[in-house]
Amino acid sequence: MHIMEGFLPLEHALGWSVAATPFLAYGLHAVRRDIRQHPERRMLLGVAAAFSFLLSALKLPSVTGSSSHPTGVGLGALLFGPWVMVPIAFVVLLFQALLLAHGGLTTLGANLFAMGIVGPFVAHGLFRLLRLFGLPWIGAVFLGACLSNLATYLTTSLQLAWAFPDPVGGVAGSLAKFAGIFALTQIPLAISEGLLTVLVVKALRRYHPDELSQMRLFPATGGRA
Amino acid sequence: MKRSNLLIVAALLGLTILPLWWVAGIEPAAGTEWFAGSDRQAQDMILALAPAYLAWFEPLWQPASSEIESLLFALQAALGAGFIGYWFGVSVTRHALRQSQPVRQPDPIQSRVDC
Repeated sequence: MHIMEGFLPLEHALGWSVAATPFLAYGLHAVRRDIRQHPERRMLLGVAAAFSFLLSALKLPSVTGSSSHPTGVGLGALLFGPWVMVPIAFVVLLFQALLLAHGGLTTLGANLFAMGIVGPFVAHGLFRLLRLFGLPWIGAVFLGACLSNLATYLTTSLQLAWAFPDPVGGVAGSLAKFAGIFALTQIPLAISEGLLTVLVVKALRRYHPDELSQMRLFPATGGRA
Repeated sequence: MKRSNLLIVAALLGLTILPLWWVAGIEPAAGTEWFAGSDRQAQDMILALAPAYLAWFEPLWQPASSEIESLLFALQAALGAGFIGYWFGVSVTRHALRQSQPVRQPDPIQSRVDC
């Protein structure tokens, strides 16, 4: 989902950066507040960041014959809420833009919007909704993380389609082309991300039931999975 | 619990390995290779849709070769995996020590390891 450096027209690059900035600012505030209110959770916050660091470095092959990577933002969004993941995704994207020439500074706003804002909010919102409908937590974690990954890649497709409409089919035609590249490839990887997130949450339930029970999204979790 | 974890790991391995097996023996389309990054394909698509488009900003620094790029990606993954492994080790040990201790004793690990 990394839009390469310089590959968004200036006004789009600026627009997405402006759109992402308030999310980043409030996200930083949310991280500070969480650390102040729950200093014992710092380690777990580190795990959420490490998970995103790890997963976004793994380029995995997909059935479409191309490869792409998970984003890892779903886990932290489920545990700490979506805001906290905005600065974490920002750090990951900045690392990749500066050291790996993967993504870029001019496209950082657009990429942050896809991976650090749409992804976490979809994971968080979907998890709450599914729990409201009584889905067991394991299914809600899986679908939340899985679809947050897909949502990130659909957002990237939309951003590119908007900036580069198809000469014949317009934005819709272009969206179909970009989504064909991103979304299809992403389906198996999104499933992988969902499964990995379930694994980590299962470990949390087993070894940190007390901490997990303090998380807003897992209020009723007892000890055993 | 254990068995479901094994099933999840098996599914993850299957999802990753199947595509590789899937394309074995099939030639990729002319001018392409299997498992190119989708980010790169999107970039090619931009140039196909807007041939006149010129990237107006270059990365400030680029890895000198794809080997160096792999090194940095591996470093990124290692940092993440290292931290998660450390946390998991601490968690399992703390859990085991707690269970082997009589109830209501102060927890020696908790006072030392902040997690």
